[in-house]
Amino acid sequence: MFNHLLSLLIWLPVAGAIPVLLAGSARPNLARWLSLLVAVLTFVVSLFLLVQYNPDTGGMQLTESYLWIASWGVHYGLAVDGISVALILMTTFVGILVIAGAWEVIQDRPHQYMAAMLILEGLLIGVFCATDALLFYALFEAILIPMFILIGIWGGPRRVYATLKFFIYTFFGSVFMLIALLYLYQKAHTFDLATLAALPLTLKEQSWIFFAFLIAFAIKVPMVPVHTWLPDAHVEAPTGGSVVLAAVMLKIGGYGFLRFSLPIVPDASEHFAWVVIALSLIAVVYIGYVALVQEDMKKLVAYSSVAHMGFVTLGIFIAFMLVRGSANTDMAQLGMQGAMIQMISHGFVSGAMFTCIGVLYDRMHTRSIKDYGGVINVMPWFGFFYVLFAMANCGLPGTSGFVGEFMVILASFSANPWIAVFAAFTLIIGAAYTLWLVKRVLWGDITNPHVAEMKEINGRETFVLVAFAAAVLALGIWPQPLVHLMDSSVSQLVHQIAIHKI
Amino acid sequence: MGLSTSILLTIALAPLVGCVLAGFLGKFLGRAGSHTVTILGVAISCALSFYVLYQLTLGGAETYNQNIYTWFQIGHFNASVGFLVDRLTAMMLVVVSFVSLLVHVYTIGYMADDDGYKRFFSYISLFTFSMFMLVMSNNFMQLFFGWEAVGLVSYLLIGFWYKRPTAIFANLKAFLVNRVGDFGFLLGIAAVLYFLGTLDYATAFDSAPSLIGKTLQITAGTQWDAATVICICLFIGAMGKSAQVPLHVWLPDSMEGPTPISALIHAATMVTAGIFMVARMSPLFELSQSALSFVMVIGATTALFTGLIGIVQNDIKRVVAYSTLSQLGYMTVALGVSAYSGAVYHLMTHAFFKALLFLGAGSVIIAMHHEQDMRYMGGLRKYMPITWITMWIGSLALCGVPFFSGFYSKDAIIEAVGESHRWGSHYAYFCVMAGALVTSLYTFRQMYLTFHGKERFTVVAHHGHAHHDAHDDHHDDHGHHEPGVLEHAPKESPWVVTLPLVLLAIPSLLVGFFTVGPMLFGGWFGSAIHVDEANNVLGELGQKFHGSLSMALHGFSLIGPFGLVLLAFVIQTYIYLFNPSMADKIKSALKPLWTVLDRKYWVDDVYFAVFARGGLKLGRLFWKAGDTAVIDDTMVNGSVSLIHRVAAMTRRLQSGYLYHYAFAMILGLILLLGGYWFFGSGLIGSGLVGQ
Repeated sequence: MFNHLLSLLIWLPVAGAIPVLLAGSARPNLARWLSLLVAVLTFVVSLFLLVQYNPDTGGMQLTESYLWIASWGVHYGLAVDGISVALILMTTFVGILVIAGAWEVIQDRPHQYMAAMLILEGLLIGVFCATDALLFYALFEAILIPMFILIGIWGGPRRVYATLKFFIYTFFGSVFMLIALLYLYQKAHTFDLATLAALPLTLKEQSWIFFAFLIAFAIKVPMVPVHTWLPDAHVEAPTGGSVVLAAVMLKIGGYGFLRFSLPIVPDASEHFAWVVIALSLIAVVYIGYVALVQEDMKKLVAYSSVAHMGFVTLGIFIAFMLVRGSANTDMAQLGMQGAMIQMISHGFVSGAMFTCIGVLYDRMHTRSIKDYGGVINVMPWFGFFYVLFAMANCGLPGTSGFVGEFMVILASFSANPWIAVFAAFTLIIGAAYTLWLVKRVLWGDITNPHVAEMKEINGRETFVLVAFAAAVLALGIWPQPLVHLMDSSVSQLVHQIAIHKI
Repeated sequence: MGLSTSILLTIALAPLVGCVLAGFLGKFLGRAGSHTVTILGVAISCALSFYVLYQLTLGGAETYNQNIYTWFQIGHFNASVGFLVDRLTAMMLVVVSFVSLLVHVYTIGYMADDDGYKRFFSYISLFTFSMFMLVMSNNFMQLFFGWEAVGLVSYLLIGFWYKRPTAIFANLKAFLVNRVGDFGFLLGIAAVLYFLGTLDYATAFDSAPSLIGKTLQITAGTQWDAATVICICLFIGAMGKSAQVPLHVWLPDSMEGPTPISALIHAATMVTAGIFMVARMSPLFELSQSALSFVMVIGATTALFTGLIGIVQNDIKRVVAYSTLSQLGYMTVALGVSAYSGAVYHLMTHAFFKALLFLGAGSVIIAMHHEQDMRYMGGLRKYMPITWITMWIGSLALCGVPFFSGFYSKDAIIEAVGESHRWGSHYAYFCVMAGALVTSLYTFRQMYLTFHGKERFTVVAHHGHAHHDAHDDHHDDHGHHEPGVLEHAPKESPWVVTLPLVLLAIPSLLVGFFTVGPMLFGGWFGSAIHVDEANNVLGELGQKFHGSLSMALHGFSLIGPFGLVLLAFVIQTYIYLFNPSMADKIKSALKPLWTVLDRKYWVDDVYFAVFARGGLKLGRLFWKAGDTAVIDDTMVNGSVSLIHRVAAMTRRLQSGYLYHYAFAMILGLILLLGGYWFFGSGLIGSGLVGQ
């Protein structure tokens, strides 16, 4: 089993989707329990990664490689380092929670919903362990299909516009990546990522490839100005779709930068780091203001996601200023670790925020902030979780939201104090949009009679929220285990980008 | 002999356990169970804090500085959770746990009828834990944790009565204003890491002298002194938490929270976090004269100008709130003249008498059935003698009457400012002297309006029992009852309320007399506070110090703060006891001035217009103009409609008519042949067109 642990992780949920589908709409409960079983099994199997992966040596481990398309030398190549392990664990963890979260909420064809979710989970795991660029690309694109279905079938009233926008936006970006990959193949005659990382390229070549990758991953993250698909997709997506979208799918963008842009085109990445840094800071400040005026809860949290993901791209790219500008490896590692922790933390926090909004939506069938007010009066336990996640969203120390932002701000001050000034602005604007939301939804007297009829969260919802809360607090109180898991991989990456290719 | 780790851990964690139990198991514990576990937790911490203080003072224990666990380790950079317990910390522990314990007990009486009883106990225990983490920290990271955690609890407690629109406005405002301070604070921490390479206090302070001569390029061509940048950034954090001008606006509004919390958080402990932090960072601040001048000017401005507002307030709690702002200003001034011990010492005495004044005000509020307007009080002394006497003790301590604890700390600060030659010290001296007059003016006014003179309320007995229900929900009945009309005559509060008053009155009266020698002039804080010889104003004052008795006797000199106290006493006694109509006459005579103070210099209005409204306008502009108009409508949907248009055009080409196609073929042929004729030789030559 351990020889093919990664394959097992990918195919277990995908294959598990088949019996779930076969359960059919006639036996919805069977489908639900089966999919929960598959999700839990996948999570348990993913825990073996912690046993099998040795964080002290780092590097790519648990390697599997089979020739896939012989004529092009494409491999079915899988392997993980600490960064992948962390992302995979988060994926399988969130996987259980979206299945549990959708339980009786999805009444229309639940078996298909659950199956799509499981397939999506398998593909996402695949993205995080592919070592062959074409395999990565194939999975990167394949993810769009279940997501397209999830939003398109179980989505809100404007789901057609949202799905098309989401699909074409991301597809548009990945075409550029494909062209870049084909160019690289034409030079290296392989899609193997490790070989591509060692491939010498001129600055001109690197620049073209860098921008091709940038377009693809920037859309996925998403970065300003290519972020506008996200609020629409979130607003129309069902709760589970939003959770997976925010918690896991956005991370592919950040992961892509780490796996593709940094190792393959390090010099162009250094050369154009300022572009990414500028866009990241715009995301923090500009998007913060945009989030402030949203009237739809989901849109607000979606914009807040864009702002938080700004810290991911910022943390990754200030590493260049630090490691190449001032040879400050410690600070570069701090920034990159911060970016990674921000990715994991954002997975939990945004997942939890969207779950909370889902809980409200299931009761009131509206996402408009002005329809709420005084929810705490009828749902005090829900209020507890909502405040906790809101605080994590504004980066309160003790919650996971703080750790990554703290690291990135500290590191960016060493790169350039002005970057830190703009990044730290999130302390104010992030608190403003999040707590103003809390004020309008949770606090106050009840003005809408429908709010008075809202029921306290049930056992299933409590389970989901407790799981998210445990993750948010554990990571906030003691981040060292996660840091240690990724440390050697991050350190290797930092040393790798220090080496010039030209 | 060293301090034991397990004792320190118990001090920190006991209140957290109480908080968790009362918060999550409140249903099973019930009201009495909830207050028992939380009080027990804080009582344990309090007892152990006293023990730690004893060990450090008389038991000969060494300073404790150890990491508890590694928060993260990246490269050579380590962030840990750990404790630094020296005498400064021990003093803070005792003050925080003692006041917190009394507030816990007091809450039993004050919140007796409130639905949120258990939640309240859970919150104040969480606050105590957060404050312990803040003062016991041995590094900047954990300091920031405690810093933000007390901010969170303050947010929760100001908005405790979450149905009140004013309360949930005030708590959002408080959190955001504090966040503005934290913004600076975090940048300060980042600067410490950048220049000193560590977040650990001891290591950072040891290498602090290396900052001298280092600069930071802020803009092209301007170099800023490293120590100044660090200290000003850190101090911006202190301005938020300790409510210094211009970040003071949240504190008066925080009075929306229940009174016990005003006493604990918004007077005695949390707001002093900034003062404590600067004192803790004295090795850094000593390196920058400019930063200290900045600190001093900000503090002096706060001390005088917020005190002035206190004179025109009618809400009994708001008077105390503005007095807190003003006293925090005094502490800040002391920091600014390098009299760190003076600041921390005033922090301690102030914690006792200000907690006393707030709890006393709370006792009055209970007696008045949650009426807070002093215009409907008066003559209460005969109804509630314990509250009356203890509040006078607190008031005289606040005014700085010799022998009272406040005298020793405040007089030392004023003297220290007088000794200082730092840039801006003349302005600061004027402010603290004028502030002494202002303090006495609002204090005597408050005492006379509340306890003396004619009763300005009427008691209508048997007003109907229906109103008893309203009592359960007393935070809502503010607007309901007629001001100045009570159902029962005011009476002294129960013992759980008066006992804390008495226990706070004792230190307010005595603690100064017995501790001023060692703590202020005797170098009691040891290595915890570092002052350069050249800046040591307290050391100079210490040479003139011949015991607390002679200091107090000298304090009666009329040329000095006591003269101002006496002046205020005469003025206010005449106005409020002998000629009450005077107050209104003065008010109308000085109408413009009164308006300025009543509107609080329009600071709140300007902030609201600029930051709140302006922020929303900016957000809407970004959203509508940026995201919607430029990105979505032009770029995204624009390219979609462009494709549509192109598609519509090409669709027209495929008309299905044979003659269209024939025409196109002929046109193509002509173009091809024409092209061949024109470029012919070149194309053949280059081999692109086959022979």
